[in-house]
Amino acid sequence: MNNIAIKAANLTKKFGDLAAVDHISFDVKKGEIFGFLGPNGAGKTTAIRMLCTLSRPTEGSATVAGHDIVKEDSKVREHIGLVSEKMIMYNLLTAKENLKLFGKLYNIPNDLLDKRIHEVLSLVEMEKWANHQIGTFSTGMKQRINVVRGLLNRPDILFLDEPTLGLDPQSTSEIREIIHRINIENKTTIILTTHVMVEADMLCNRVGIIDHGKIAALDIPINLKRMISKIGTTVVELDISNLTNNMVSLIQSLKCVSSVVMKDNTRIKVQAKGDDAFNDIIDTVRQNNGKIRSIINLEPTLEDVFLHITGHEVREQISNNVKMVGHGPQPRVKTRIR
Amino acid sequence: MGAKKILHHSLWIGWKDLLEFSRSRLRLIMLVLMPLFMMLMVGFIFPSGSSISNTPIALANMDEGTFGDMLVTQLEAINSKTGMMDLSTATDFDDIKTKIQDGKISGGIIISQDFSSSLMSGKQGAITLVTDQSNPQISMIIEGVLTKTIGEMGTQMAVHKLSTTYNIPSDHTLAVIKPYNVQVKGIVPGKPNYFQFVAPGIMAMVVMMSLMTGLPHAISYEKDMGTLDGMLVAPINRFSIILGKVIAQTTRGLVQGLIILALAILIFGVVIYGNILLVIFLLLLCVFSFVGLGILITSFTENEETATMVMMTLMFPMMFLSGVFFPMQEMPWYMQDIAHCLPLTYATTALRGVMVLGAGVSAISTEIMVLIGFGTVMLLIAIPMFKKAMSK
Repeated sequence: MNNIAIKAANLTKKFGDLAAVDHISFDVKKGEIFGFLGPNGAGKTTAIRMLCTLSRPTEGSATVAGHDIVKEDSKVREHIGLVSEKMIMYNLLTAKENLKLFGKLYNIPNDLLDKRIHEVLSLVEMEKWANHQIGTFSTGMKQRINVVRGLLNRPDILFLDEPTLGLDPQSTSEIREIIHRINIENKTTIILTTHVMVEADMLCNRVGIIDHGKIAALDIPINLKRMISKIGTTVVELDISNLTNNMVSLIQSLKCVSSVVMKDNTRIKVQAKGDDAFNDIIDTVRQNNGKIRSIINLEPTLEDVFLHITGHEVREQISNNVKMVGHGPQPRVKTRIR
Repeated sequence: MGAKKILHHSLWIGWKDLLEFSRSRLRLIMLVLMPLFMMLMVGFIFPSGSSISNTPIALANMDEGTFGDMLVTQLEAINSKTGMMDLSTATDFDDIKTKIQDGKISGGIIISQDFSSSLMSGKQGAITLVTDQSNPQISMIIEGVLTKTIGEMGTQMAVHKLSTTYNIPSDHTLAVIKPYNVQVKGIVPGKPNYFQFVAPGIMAMVVMMSLMTGLPHAISYEKDMGTLDGMLVAPINRFSIILGKVIAQTTRGLVQGLIILALAILIFGVVIYGNILLVIFLLLLCVFSFVGLGILITSFTENEETATMVMMTLMFPMMFLSGVFFPMQEMPWYMQDIAHCLPLTYATTALRGVMVLGAGVSAISTEIMVLIGFGTVMLLIAIPMFKKAMSK
């Protein structure tokens, strides 16, 4: 039990009739990076919020750093750090003032706090911006401060909710680099949510695929990818110069095809099963006078795993129009009255 | 967790809020402008008895004798000193009527045709005041002022007549004509002044507003922005968060209250007769009595917009019913009963008592008790509600 950082058992959160998180059970080992992968509204943020003691579970229980998230919530808070998707910072305060406020809330004594602030700012190369107001920063700069703010108290467990959302490619890779370093250098256990498959693949030791509030699959990334190859799934990218919608729907209607994704006007990515899959797809294209420019046989990615596991349901979701899109419960319709 | 730590954390949260406030130049300007506008607005829009000046009045002297002209000369002499009327001439009632309808004048004076002859034959001389019924308040003031002025002119004439005709010594004549001498005396020096009346009320109101709007706004804004989560995941008591916000809003409210006090004294000539420390104590008591209500609104509103709506709904009746702008005694009895249920009424009454009438603690003990009672009850309801709301 000693190497377990988080243990969740049948953790459930209901908003009215809707179960945002539906009886999930999992363990997170100390020192690992654990990823929650799922589309918007899958229940990732709700799960994180419960583990951070920001939200009370409707059913089930969980321990974080050995403490119950409901009964010993204040003990839990001493061991965790949160980097939320909404940045936890005050725009009118400088970077240093922001860090100082939170340092004080974590009871860090003055001299140590100054040292820590210097440390975390140099980690993200933001020292020269220490005395500038956050409001003047770019999104990438803000997110760097936002991430290191979660490190001030040297948490045993760090929760990162969509840490690269809305960042440009350069900032994204910088933030990923930082997350990796925190995990290696401080031995911090990291729980990460993302809807970017590449990110989960790159960073996480283990990934839980979450959809409709349930964990659909949980394993190390390689095993998840093997799941696909085991059942004989092939993923190909076709570049057809005269691609038509009709062609796409014909391919989609093939028995062997489990999903078709349009990459752009000419390229489609097809997931298919069975030995004859490849031939069937090419035959369909040729029968419709499609001109194939190239065929690439792709390594299965987590994206393919995700589609494989949840693909059909995502479509149901749209047609039923019951489930929500976006994060958390859907906002109520607002009216402004003056 | 010790009380010391709770206070320590709350002071840092309060510091953060005030720092944010001080960084916004516009908010700082508004801090001064809001009370200034409020004072100017309520101080000048309500007419007071002695405040008419240059009011256009038409005078129709229809008298065929000389007494009418004498009266006109006297009236003009008085007017040149006081400047309350802008006198013009008219021919008769119909002329005055047309001019009032055209909006050229606010009233008229008609000296009757037989004014001189009546006086000569020992009868009263008739003077008619014509008023504009579309403007009842100005009419009332003109009526009062002119009746008084003309009445005094009559008295002077009578004094003169008595001493010349009946040979009564001039120092006795006044006692014969007006045996009663009425004098008005306040319990503190100076004439009643509308600023004196509204300043205490506005101070109480601003303190109330800063807690009732500032507090829910400060918390629901952070909730919407997501920054509140940062405080909620920190190992601090949730009470520190609300206390920190209360500290910041109280400071802001008190600063604004003191700005009003300074403006009132320096610009509007308000004199404080009571103990200034008692005034500050009362402002703090206002804070205490409204804090619970502020926290309560924060607890059951899920976002900023809802919070603003709830506050507005509660605040407007309080502002207008609590005797801040007009005396409660002028309201119908059922409205007065409602006003007696509002804490702002007691805050305003107490502050007015101390500031204007120089009342001491004993004179306002009822108000103090009500404010403490209201504040305590509200806090007892609000704190558990807040703790529950923060851990949904």
